[in-house]
Amino acid sequence: MSTLALTAVSRWFGNVVAVNDVSMTIGPGVTGLLGPNGAGKSTLINMMGGFLAPSTGSVTLDGEPVWRREQVYRHVGIVPEREGMYDVVTGWAFVLANARLHRLPDPDAAARRALDLVEMSDVAHREIGTYSKGMKQRVKMASALVHDPPVLLLDEPFNGMDPRQRLHLMELLRSMGRSGRTVLFSSHILEEVEEIADTIEVMVAGRHAASGDFREIRRLMTERPHQYTVQSSDDRALAAAVIADGCASSVGLESSTLRVYATDHARFVHVLPKLARGGGIRLYDVSPADESLESVFAYLVTR
Amino acid sequence: MNPTVAQLTLRTLLGKRRAWLLLVLPAVLLALALVIRLAVGAGSREEVAIGLLGAFALGTLVPLLGVIAGTGAIGPEIDDGSIVYLLAKPVSRHSIVITKLLVAVGVVTVFAALPVALAGLLMTGTDDRLALGYGLGALVAGTAYCALFLLLAVLTRNAVVVGLIYALVWESLIGGFVPGAQALSIQQWSLALTRMVVGDRADALDVTAAVRPGIAIPLLLVLVVAATAFAGSRLRSLRLTGDE
Repeated sequence: MSTLALTAVSRWFGNVVAVNDVSMTIGPGVTGLLGPNGAGKSTLINMMGGFLAPSTGSVTLDGEPVWRREQVYRHVGIVPEREGMYDVVTGWAFVLANARLHRLPDPDAAARRALDLVEMSDVAHREIGTYSKGMKQRVKMASALVHDPPVLLLDEPFNGMDPRQRLHLMELLRSMGRSGRTVLFSSHILEEVEEIADTIEVMVAGRHAASGDFREIRRLMTERPHQYTVQSSDDRALAAAVIADGCASSVGLESSTLRVYATDHARFVHVLPKLARGGGIRLYDVSPADESLESVFAYLVTR
Repeated sequence: MNPTVAQLTLRTLLGKRRAWLLLVLPAVLLALALVIRLAVGAGSREEVAIGLLGAFALGTLVPLLGVIAGTGAIGPEIDDGSIVYLLAKPVSRHSIVITKLLVAVGVVTVFAALPVALAGLLMTGTDDRLALGYGLGALVAGTAYCALFLLLAVLTRNAVVVGLIYALVWESLIGGFVPGAQALSIQQWSLALTRMVVGDRADALDVTAAVRPGIAIPLLLVLVVAATAFAGSRLRSLRLTGDE
């Protein structure tokens, strides 16, 4: 049983902040790292894998820092997102080389087992350069599993896989999670994460936006109060009508704008025009106030 | 030394077009040596041979192969990200660098030092130990170039360009105009060894070097050891950021 812990981790590249003050603990089971492209998922995984130093904060595996420590790789398997992987050698030679680099007692058996696990034994004699994207992805997976690590980090592992390969990998990750391994994978597709992850960590624009199990996240996303600013011909009357309806917990009147904290977001959006029409009020402008969280929300519901 | 790293490095180095590139220059050198042997009279053959071995072999072939082998031993893996499969292992970074250097040195031995010695033998036989002297010079220079360019490949994605600028612009061009620049030149340090092997007749044959062996040998040793140690420590903190 292994635990990865990130404590107040930030990472910036020049002026660009890729990861902003993230703290999370990844324990046994399958954890999905969800977020749109460019949210900092790869940067985070690179730091967890010891390939990038955090600018501030710490990344530890079972209490030991991972940066600049080659020995952590005894316990960690990594499936990188990039495709570069010794195209001139065969799948078999590649996985075997990985086994030998780990100095396993029986590298041949380990390589065979890993290739069987990802169902690549039949084509293992072919050069990697001739593989499809999905096949490469599975050979990468075999290279990460060859030493049977307690921790597995996968960066966008489902990219380029066909539906059958996807299902197979999902089942593989699920069974690894069930056997007590710490599995973390990143994805920008909600269904993938929903399907197999016990825990979900959501990253948005470098920040850790939410954490918990899937239902919890879904609830947070849909039930959290949404702030709107409204401009109308009679803000005061509209505020009274909104409060009376019960879809908002509070309203605020400012010079020429009405702020609404909608607790039931879906209902608010639905009833606002009706309320306005009923009171003979003209709506000039309705806009969500918190753009960044709103975009997460929109993202999660549309995918 | 890690045999698995060596194997993977050799496969990348000799894979596809690069092997062909490695063969062209030594083939040209040997062809020229053969022509000289057949066409030039015995009396002036040594002089012509020294011109070819100095200007073309040590001046161009060895540094170019040093760039190809030195940067090629690690550069492509860093560029395409496949180095991650070596780095995600409990293997010392220094042993990765040392292994890659040994493979690169093996490649320049086969494709540069041996052809240079062979060309010397073809043209001058064993006279004045010219073949041995230039062969050894090529081996030493090749080793130093490999260590330097391997470090460059760890430090920058533009290692090939920087390496070519060093080898061709600094050593050949600037060294030709500004004699002082030759004191900091792998080519000149190696020529000092060639002079040492050739011995008393070196001056008469006009085998020149800008520095004495007593200075050149320590400089070469320091360069190889320091570059390799630095490359190893830089590899420990190599930033792998992916395509983002």
